[in-house]
Amino acid sequence: MRTLAGIARELIGLFVDDGMLAIAIIAVIAVAAIVASLVPGITAGIVLLTGLLFVLFANVMAGG
Amino acid sequence: MSVHLAATALSAAFLGSLVEAVEALTIVLAVASVRGWRPAALGTAAGLGLLALMVAVLGPLLDQVPLHALQLVIGVLLLLFGMRWLRKAVLRAAGVIPLHDEAAAFAAGTAELREHRSRLDWLAGLASFKAVLLEGLEVVFIVIAVGAGQGLLVPASVGALGACGLVAIAGFALHRPLARVPENTLKFAVGIMLSAFGVFWTGEGLGVAWPGADLAIVGFAALFLLVAALAVAARRRPIEVSP
Repeated sequence: MRTLAGIARELIGLFVDDGMLAIAIIAVIAVAAIVASLVPGITAGIVLLTGLLFVLFANVMAGG
Repeated sequence: MSVHLAATALSAAFLGSLVEAVEALTIVLAVASVRGWRPAALGTAAGLGLLALMVAVLGPLLDQVPLHALQLVIGVLLLLFGMRWLRKAVLRAAGVIPLHDEAAAFAAGTAELREHRSRLDWLAGLASFKAVLLEGLEVVFIVIAVGAGQGLLVPASVGALGACGLVAIAGFALHRPLARVPENTLKFAVGIMLSAFGVFWTGEGLGVAWPGADLAIVGFAALFLLVAALAVAARRRPIEVSP
């Protein structure tokens, strides 16, 4: 049972290591989804890309 | 399917799988060196068998999922997975956290197994099984992530199988962990590629029509590389103390 719990924990850990990074990524995607539903075209893509690049930089600067 | 996208999927799957295969091999070799090849081989075979079963059962289900939903789910998982790799690789490149050392991982693995000498060999087999299953799942995920959605599963699978085969041959020929593989450089490169694919698929899933279609992935990768390099430089900069 403990082994199974360990495997499950490690599986989740594949995607979520730093909780703040995961939350920030999901938040950017959520904002991009809202923009995509309101404004057609490339705007949502720009929000997604710039948001994720900012999240990466900010998380690295704050992390460690 | 464009040739450059197939080549990108193949190389992303190859490099990502190379890292995972090296990590799995380290544990299997640690088990083999302490408890012998039998539990190591049995654990590895059981792990590979379960992986094959999961792929055989779950693989055909991918065709049943609507394309946009599949692209969105895979894109989100790719971003979580790829940016996690990239963040760690940046922090390691900047010297903020220590580099992953396969020789140290091998030493820790063998020491842990020696502590349990009185226990049955199944414990050693279980260590092999867990390593192969978990690292193998990462390989399967990478293949699905870079391959599903645009008919790139074949080149991605070829890349992953090539990497696993290469590591297996090299590891079993040398009988020691592949400590000289530049793991952080590979993780840096793969993190950038997976994040770029993640942005592309997430955008497609949200209905964004990217300029240049799949060529946009190259541009995303360049931007992630630029930001990651800037982040490495910024974290390396010594803190100036004002007088």
